[in-house]
Amino acid sequence: MPVITADKLQSNYDVVIVGSGAGGGQTAYTLTMEGVKVLMIEAGRTFDPATEVAMLQLPSHAPLRGEKTPDKQYGFHDCSINSGWEIPGEPYTNANPQPEKQFKWWRQRMMGGRTNHWGRISLRNGPYDFKPRTRFAAGFDWPIGYEDIAPYYDKVEMLIGVFGTNEGLENSPDSSPGVLQPAPKLRVGELYAQKHGKKVRAHIASIHRAVLTKPQDADTLPAKLHPGNAKAQNILADHMRTRSPCFWATDCHRGCSIRANYDSQTVHLRPALATENLDILPNAMAREVTIDKQGKATGITFIDKTTGREGHAKGRVVVLAAGAMESVRLLLNSKSNLFPQGIANSSGKVGKYITDSVQSSVSAHIPAFEGMPIHNEDGAGGPHAYVPWTLHNQNRKGELGFPGGYHLEFTSGRQMPSLGVVNGIDSRAGSPSVLFGKKLKEEARRFYGCQLGFGAQGTMLPNDGCFTELDPEAKDQWGIPVLRFHWKWTDAELNLVKHQQQYIREILEAMGGKVSKPETDPAKAIKQGGTVIHEVGGAIMGADAASSVTNQWSQTWDVKNVFLADGAPFASTADKNPTLTIMALAWHMADHLMDEMKKGNI
Amino acid sequence: MSLPDNLPRMDRRKAMQWMLRATSTLAVRDPNAFAADAPIKAKGYGPDPSMVTIYKPGDVWPLTLTEPQRRTARVLCDVIIPADDTSPSASAVGVPDFIDEWISSPYPAQAGDRRIILDGLKWIDEEAMRRFQKTFADLTLEQQTAICDDLATGKPKDKKAVSFFKRFRDLTAGGYYTTPEGMKAIGYVGNVPSATFDGPPVEALKHVGLA
Repeated sequence: MPVITADKLQSNYDVVIVGSGAGGGQTAYTLTMEGVKVLMIEAGRTFDPATEVAMLQLPSHAPLRGEKTPDKQYGFHDCSINSGWEIPGEPYTNANPQPEKQFKWWRQRMMGGRTNHWGRISLRNGPYDFKPRTRFAAGFDWPIGYEDIAPYYDKVEMLIGVFGTNEGLENSPDSSPGVLQPAPKLRVGELYAQKHGKKVRAHIASIHRAVLTKPQDADTLPAKLHPGNAKAQNILADHMRTRSPCFWATDCHRGCSIRANYDSQTVHLRPALATENLDILPNAMAREVTIDKQGKATGITFIDKTTGREGHAKGRVVVLAAGAMESVRLLLNSKSNLFPQGIANSSGKVGKYITDSVQSSVSAHIPAFEGMPIHNEDGAGGPHAYVPWTLHNQNRKGELGFPGGYHLEFTSGRQMPSLGVVNGIDSRAGSPSVLFGKKLKEEARRFYGCQLGFGAQGTMLPNDGCFTELDPEAKDQWGIPVLRFHWKWTDAELNLVKHQQQYIREILEAMGGKVSKPETDPAKAIKQGGTVIHEVGGAIMGADAASSVTNQWSQTWDVKNVFLADGAPFASTADKNPTLTIMALAWHMADHLMDEMKKGNI
Repeated sequence: MSLPDNLPRMDRRKAMQWMLRATSTLAVRDPNAFAADAPIKAKGYGPDPSMVTIYKPGDVWPLTLTEPQRRTARVLCDVIIPADDTSPSASAVGVPDFIDEWISSPYPAQAGDRRIILDGLKWIDEEAMRRFQKTFADLTLEQQTAICDDLATGKPKDKKAVSFFKRFRDLTAGGYYTTPEGMKAIGYVGNVPSATFDGPPVEALKHVGLA
């Protein structure tokens, strides 16, 4: 079973999955390895990371030195095609014209979805992150706890390959022994921050990222992941052996043709296709989930973008993994006499409780780095270290004015120069005039790599002001109704950002840094909703059908054979990036789905 | 071009200079001589370009600077980034072509720079004419530097010209340091596949008191 065109669809599948990213990929992998017949529908075209990813190209090899354009909204060499905040023919709307009340929606229309260009930061949610109501009397407790998902975190980490260290931290859980790949050595800026950050109680540790630092152990991992399943073990072992460890160059956002970092195709879809249990239909834009008279899902109606024709794929089970907001849109657009408000929406909660990471950043010039001896610190194409959240005691006492916390990611180093590499050099050099000539070249060399900054990613609990619904009028180029967003920050997020701004400044100053552009207004410092591309929720899991859309298995309460495998079931955003948890929840969901199929319940 | 033959009081060398000056003056002053002033009609590379292709300026959309503008831009680039003992000048690594690509871009973000740079190149030639009776490119390095020093310190009354210089400097430096030669010049030595990552060398650690 391979990548197909619409005319090659089989008459029926066990499971139809919408979306080929982290959630869809993990679901397809888990199911097909166990013999389930799966169709995956992807709105974008096929994409070959081995031949289409720009590994060693320089900015001077790209138009406009690779800077962002409306066609390539994260820059030319970023691994995203037909993607962006604004996509011609695929609009969405916002109810409020004020920017701070708007949500920006990134869509990634390509095989593998957003896994092609993420930073590969793979942090586990901790126990507190699943129980915000219990801990902070705000938001909702998830109907699962860390202990339910911990085994799936282990499995996902072994499968995709995650480097890092176990630090024994409160609410930033360790992995089981033998699961993590070795962490790379820290860079000079990371080590310097580690030493001086201690003055302000910043604990700086190796970050966890989905990048191989050594070959995967193809001799033992497959048996751990697929006990008793020789076929799955053999396929996985073969695929692990085709992955190279990192060659210590190339920003991970570009993708990885040597298969050192995780993307859905490289890690999930290649072995899933090798089982011959998977068909993938690209260029197919899902329109709605079809429902029979008994209220069970029968499959997916889609638009074949190559012909403009509508098609239908039949399945016993439908899994939506189109990206949280796109899956919500599908639920809302699946209207029938039985479900006039869309499926799985008897609670009226579909589209509600969207959250995103609460982000702000600060950077500084670090004089100690001036004139640094020249050396290569590309490393693993992204950060090696981070600042996990450790101020649990203050938070427990309610001293901080916000629930949860945030972690800090480094944005610095002697990275490949981009067009803005000398930005700010005049003031940094204390020059009242615009530097040019010999002096400019000297100062550029002296100051290169002296900027160090942190981006914070913080907790967001759901509020009633952040939701989406169908726009009553607007439609996309295929006539499918589009989403209309509502967004509202609460004091919790603004207090969090205020703390981020102060704390980052303290750390930078502890390093002797000259902090640029102090921003004291948290409403200005906070990144706009959606722009972190960590949006989750909209079909949250919960303890009962009245207050949530799915149960603890990401199975919708109303339609038993519809499941969600992206960020939509997240009941809140932790101070961790969501992708690893999306994969762990997808595996958890897929195991349950197979149990239910075996029992004949669906 | 043939020289006019009714120039009895001018020697040939003087006549040549006069002609060149007249031509440059025309190029600077006559708006019709600015092909580059026409609106950009080219299209961008679209949402699905080949990311692995090695592009040069002009490959995706046509470059639009006129020859006199290019000449001025080229010389200004090299005043900003001159060659030295260890690294080449901006024009030697194609930065003027990049600036031409930038201001010829069909995307909205560059439209403002197009205006600033076309006006700025015109201004700097006019300033050269006013002060030294030659186009900027024909001045000595000292004369060019004198004009740039004024711009760099914000002296000219025309504040647009001052912001032009800053913008042109940023684009020139950014264009330069994103080439292999420029990366070497700034001290970036990465983008080299390697079997291991050994962390910072001891001299780097010593530099910041970590060893």
